[in-house]
Amino acid sequence: MSKLTIEVLIVGGGAAGMSAALAASQNASVTIVDDNPFLGGQIWRAELGNTKSPEAQKLIAAIASKQIKIINNAQVFGLNNANSLLTETTDGQLELKFEKLIIATGARELFLPFPGWTLPGVFGAGGLQALAKGGMSVKGKRIVVAGTGPLLLAVADYLKSKEAIVIAIVEQTSSAKINRFALGLWRSPSKIRQAIALRSGLRDVPYLTDSWITSAQCRSPRESKGVTRKLDSITVIKKGITKTIDCDYLACGFHLIPNTELAEMLGCKIENGTVTVDDYQQTSIDNIFCAGEPTGIAGLESSLIEGKIAGLAATGQLDASRALFGQRDNAAYFGDKLNKTFALRDELRKLADAETIVCRCEDVSFQRLEEFNDFRDAKLQTRCGMGPCQGRICGAAAQFLFGWEPPNVRPPIFPVKMENL
Amino acid sequence: MCRIYRHEDSPNIDNVIALKINNNSISVDDGTTVAVAILAAGVSQFRHSVSGESRGPLCGMGVCFECRVTIDRVAHQRSCSIIAQDGMEVVTDE
Amino acid sequence: MMFDVAIVGAGIVGAACAAALTREGLSVVIVDKGGIANGTTAAGMGHIVVMDDSEAQFALTHYSQRLWNELTAEMSASCEFENCGTIWVAADEEEMNEVHRKHDFYEERGIATEILDERSLREAEPNLAEGLAGGLLVESDSVVYQLTATRFLIDKAISGGAKLKTGNRVIEIRDGEVLLENGEKIFAANVVNAGGAQAADLSPQLNIKKRKGHLVITDRYPNFVSHQLIELGYLKSAHGNDADSVAFNVQPRITRQILLGSSRQFGSETSGIDNNIVRRMTSRAFEYMPRLRDISAVRIWTGFRPATPDNLPYIGNIPGYENVYAAAGHEGLGITTSLGTAELITDAILGRNSAIPNVPYLPTRRFAEH
Repeated sequence: MSKLTIEVLIVGGGAAGMSAALAASQNASVTIVDDNPFLGGQIWRAELGNTKSPEAQKLIAAIASKQIKIINNAQVFGLNNANSLLTETTDGQLELKFEKLIIATGARELFLPFPGWTLPGVFGAGGLQALAKGGMSVKGKRIVVAGTGPLLLAVADYLKSKEAIVIAIVEQTSSAKINRFALGLWRSPSKIRQAIALRSGLRDVPYLTDSWITSAQCRSPRESKGVTRKLDSITVIKKGITKTIDCDYLACGFHLIPNTELAEMLGCKIENGTVTVDDYQQTSIDNIFCAGEPTGIAGLESSLIEGKIAGLAATGQLDASRALFGQRDNAAYFGDKLNKTFALRDELRKLADAETIVCRCEDVSFQRLEEFNDFRDAKLQTRCGMGPCQGRICGAAAQFLFGWEPPNVRPPIFPVKMENL
Repeated sequence: MCRIYRHEDSPNIDNVIALKINNNSISVDDGTTVAVAILAAGVSQFRHSVSGESRGPLCGMGVCFECRVTIDRVAHQRSCSIIAQDGMEVVTDE
Repeated sequence: MMFDVAIVGAGIVGAACAAALTREGLSVVIVDKGGIANGTTAAGMGHIVVMDDSEAQFALTHYSQRLWNELTAEMSASCEFENCGTIWVAADEEEMNEVHRKHDFYEERGIATEILDERSLREAEPNLAEGLAGGLLVESDSVVYQLTATRFLIDKAISGGAKLKTGNRVIEIRDGEVLLENGEKIFAANVVNAGGAQAADLSPQLNIKKRKGHLVITDRYPNFVSHQLIELGYLKSAHGNDADSVAFNVQPRITRQILLGSSRQFGSETSGIDNNIVRRMTSRAFEYMPRLRDISAVRIWTGFRPATPDNLPYIGNIPGYENVYAAAGHEGLGITTSLGTAELITDAILGRNSAIPNVPYLPTRRFAEH
């Protein structure tokens, strides 16, 4: 059991966390803790040890040049008291006592169940991108990218750059909404540039709107024992017409949801699934700040600005933080439009059939869950949400499908070896 | 049998990690995750679900727990979040 | 509408009472402020065990265990009943003497147990530490998933005509009626307080204190442990008074998750997790099973055992009332003794003799000075 005493602790080394670290380091000693082997979070995930994004590289270099301490491969799972977090590292338990905390835990993908979604070969959209960045070859693989959100475009673009055959992008929102969103980008020249770059890179990839996956399947006949059944085709529906497409991989995710578990465990106020913060990114607890996606999904620019504001405000640089409020408003506007554009349509609630698994950890099917009125009862009777993912995957799905409030969070917020408790 | 798996952008022929997946030797670039090494070895079933379904990675970022395998005799490790190291012995569910 | 019986509490004790009473043809309503098994029952371990710490405890647990075994004929697979047995683990020779004493006690009362020496203990449970003196194997003990078992009992009662009112808090019980928070009154000839750790809120005559416990559950590890394992020091912990205590107690669930306990604390009314207690509990466990160190812990929770001064539950008429009964105060044995409690309550309400003497559990009993 080791212990560190830290002036400003930042949990999460992605865009918001790194931005916060640099801002705070002007006035205080800063430590970043991240559960990944390298800095960058999800959007700037390292590829074989290095992030490709020039913007990310600049931040990482800047961080290296200050005295900012980085602790990688460390997962926060619990707390000893209001100002002390417990983490699991490769060397065992590490306690982190802090004066100020900035929560920059980012977001995860929303997954919705549909028949066949548990087949090997079905990945998240960001999931497949993460694996590709972790070294997975997608060269020559036929891939369908599906779900919702601008992430689909970014993923399709990335996969194409790795010589995958991106067969189609299947987007559930309507083309009218996408067009309105695109028109609204006029406020942000950099976003327009990004959009144009994506558009041209994906010129030859069909972008189906008002479309979604109705099932993933393995249609090949049962082979000998020991051969894993995996995905070989998906079925898409658009305006009532279905089509089955052969493919090697499906990269499917329905936009993002905030990782609020750490904030909730600490007792920060959470409203509508996001961490409540004031203008200075301060949570309901005085010495805890929060920046980036946990305060509301709003994209990279928002994360960077919010991180900077949090880092400045947490270290008493209030004038400097206030100077950024205008920029943040612009970024927030984009975020708001983003979430409205890609809001989930009702038809997606009916994708799962009776046998479709909703809780993947405990294999609880849709029909077993339908009869319950809230998560707690469903959990106690079926074990839904009691597996190692602790409801991270099924909780959001159940909220969308049944309207249940997600379960409360309790330490450990990640599974941890008994000896590290 | 030792198989070399290269990521197309692999920078350096010397930075290669040798590990075992279900007793088969495989080599991957330094920085490759264990999950990717498993997939590169041709294994798509990482684990059996509670009702016996074959499962593999989904989220790629350590929150879904579908990529759990046994590494060096410690079970239930999230392979998508662990960088492959020389000499690792990885076992997936049969 | 007047029911024969109103039962306060849809936990396992209330559910068992409801099933037994409807079986006898009585009209029953079960009322709970939450859902089925949401309170004391949810936090428990689900061990069905025969205890020897007193004649009365033995009688009730033994009787109840027989009833559980009979119930397996009807229980659904979702109740996850498994006859995995218990091994009481002895660390040293002094505890081996206790093993012999227990063996004799059970033998005299018709329960077959087997004394294990150091070698046979490790054969039975290879993941136990070396150097433990031995243990006592009680093959007739079992484990059940009490949440689905409670639901099974409630469903049984409902198909026998019982009514269930969840989400309705009871604020007062009197002869002939139960008063709900929303102002509604339920009329019943008899009332049973099966309110678990909160039973004393409605019946202050009952000396029931909350005794907090922590439990840790792990990911799935087939073949790690096959019996419920309890250290012999467990009873010292269970019978101790004010000090916080821990005792090694490990259970294999049918899912092959490992459930680890146990801790006891008085005076803590909040459900927050106490890291120091958890650490003491796991440290104790590592002494007995070092390989637990690498096991992935997925959840930790706390619960409140309803504790009485003599460690026996209150089953019977509450003084000051004609037809109000207590079925509460079961400490850590509520799941085991729920079925026996239900029979005693049913006998009391119907005015007939019980299969075991009911005197030790009567709410009118006096407690020895502590």
